[in-house]
Amino acid sequence: MSQESLVEIRDLNFTYDSRPVLTGINMTIPRGKVVAVMGSSGCGKTTTLRLIGGQLKPTSGEVRVGGQVVHQLDSGGLYDLRRRMGMLFQFGALFTDMSVYDNIAFQMREHTDLPEALIHDLVLMKLHAVGLRGAHGLMPSELSGGMARRVALARAIALDPMLIMYDEPFAGLDPISLSIVGELIRKLNDALGASSIVVTHDVQESLKIVDYVYFVSEGKIVAEGTAEEMKNSTVPYVHQFVWGEADGPVPFQYPSRPYGEQLMAGARG
Amino acid sequence: MRALRGLGQRVTSRIWRLGYASRFFLAILLHSGTSLRRINLTIREIFFTGVLSLIIILVSGLFVGMVLGLQGYDTLARYGSTEALGVLVSLSLVRELGPVVAALLFASRAGSAITAEIGMMKATEQLSAMEMMAVDPIARVVAPRFWGGVISMPLLAALFSAMGIFGGYLVGVQLIGVDEGSFWSQMQASVDFREDILNGVIKSFVFGIIVSWVAVFEGYDAEPTAEGVSGATTRTVVTSSLAILAADFILTAFMFTGT
Repeated sequence: MSQESLVEIRDLNFTYDSRPVLTGINMTIPRGKVVAVMGSSGCGKTTTLRLIGGQLKPTSGEVRVGGQVVHQLDSGGLYDLRRRMGMLFQFGALFTDMSVYDNIAFQMREHTDLPEALIHDLVLMKLHAVGLRGAHGLMPSELSGGMARRVALARAIALDPMLIMYDEPFAGLDPISLSIVGELIRKLNDALGASSIVVTHDVQESLKIVDYVYFVSEGKIVAEGTAEEMKNSTVPYVHQFVWGEADGPVPFQYPSRPYGEQLMAGARG
Repeated sequence: MRALRGLGQRVTSRIWRLGYASRFFLAILLHSGTSLRRINLTIREIFFTGVLSLIIILVSGLFVGMVLGLQGYDTLARYGSTEALGVLVSLSLVRELGPVVAALLFASRAGSAITAEIGMMKATEQLSAMEMMAVDPIARVVAPRFWGGVISMPLLAALFSAMGIFGGYLVGVQLIGVDEGSFWSQMQASVDFREDILNGVIKSFVFGIIVSWVAVFEGYDAEPTAEGVSGATTRTVVTSSLAILAADFILTAFMFTGT
């Protein structure tokens, strides 16, 4: 494994209920970089994150994080590794019975013996970083979608992780919140010296902030390169995805019998 | 043949699920250290499951006791032994109705709430988030709720019985005019601490384990959708109610036969 890469995925296959979800995936996430994994819904992006986080075990192949093969770790080793990871879930996954403050303080209280006064300062610093210091007393139900995502981001960086994973961080956000979250992902990654993996299908926002992109379709990597290379790609799938074309390698119609045959079958009763 | 195969599949899947639930129970016991070390987590759950169930338990206990007073007086009057009303009310409540009815109410009020809460935490990825933060959800979320329920149940059953006896007193002594001295003295003379009260406490403790186990398991195993959580909540009430009644029969057969 290269000294420069934090995550290395080699020949990864994952099958769920005998249905192949990921096939022959190879990825490298260099230290200090923001890497996007893009593709349409259901192509296996989130599964990739879960395999990196050790929530799923690969059918074959391996995921190495910081040199450790994730699926070979025992539960203690896995939990030690996860303490150095942060993850932002699609809709935040904030603990609804805790205030914003307690959500951010959660990991600090669980994993450290820091005095409450220090936790207080750290929580406010994390919230300040995402622009929500004033919202520390609110409950998750009182937050807008964009605010909840920013709080979840502050929670993901609570213990200054080496790897931050984002599962659809832009889903359902208004343009202002979307832009704020995008900028925060880049700034926080650089400020913490971390590496980030952004799973998304939001092309325009993510291409602004990422260093490298993997395109996944039907569980396989179909293209990879820098943001600029992807914008100019001639690979049909990438072109359709980046420019948002309704038809192309990803068909408009859901697979079915021929149209005429189906209509005639209906007419015959 | 197809019907037979379907029946076989259903039976196999029930047995598999029971095995899974048993392993889950074992996992709760193994991860209970956090609940005991950080007792405030368990106390918080005792508040949510126990204290917030007080109203329904106390009011139900009062009415059940009042009905027992009326029905008991009517029956005892036929044999000229109305002074035994206190014994009838107290033994009915302490040995049987207190633990059973309180457990059924607890399953509907607190058990369903526990299932819905854990199920929603799963549906909104809060449990996954916790795992990714290197915090075990069984230790942090499930075990405190389980122990909160187990500790609350005997206390609620005791309060139910106490309130029921008070209801029986109101109706029997204050309303109908049974002699107050006979009511209390016969009760004191006939209710045995070990045979009646302790056995009632053991029953309610067992019911507490059943309800809490079913509630946390159904929540944790719920399909992470609105429909899945709703189904899990219903299963908690139905399964734990049937299990309480079955366990009550078994416990009664062992505890009170021949006494």
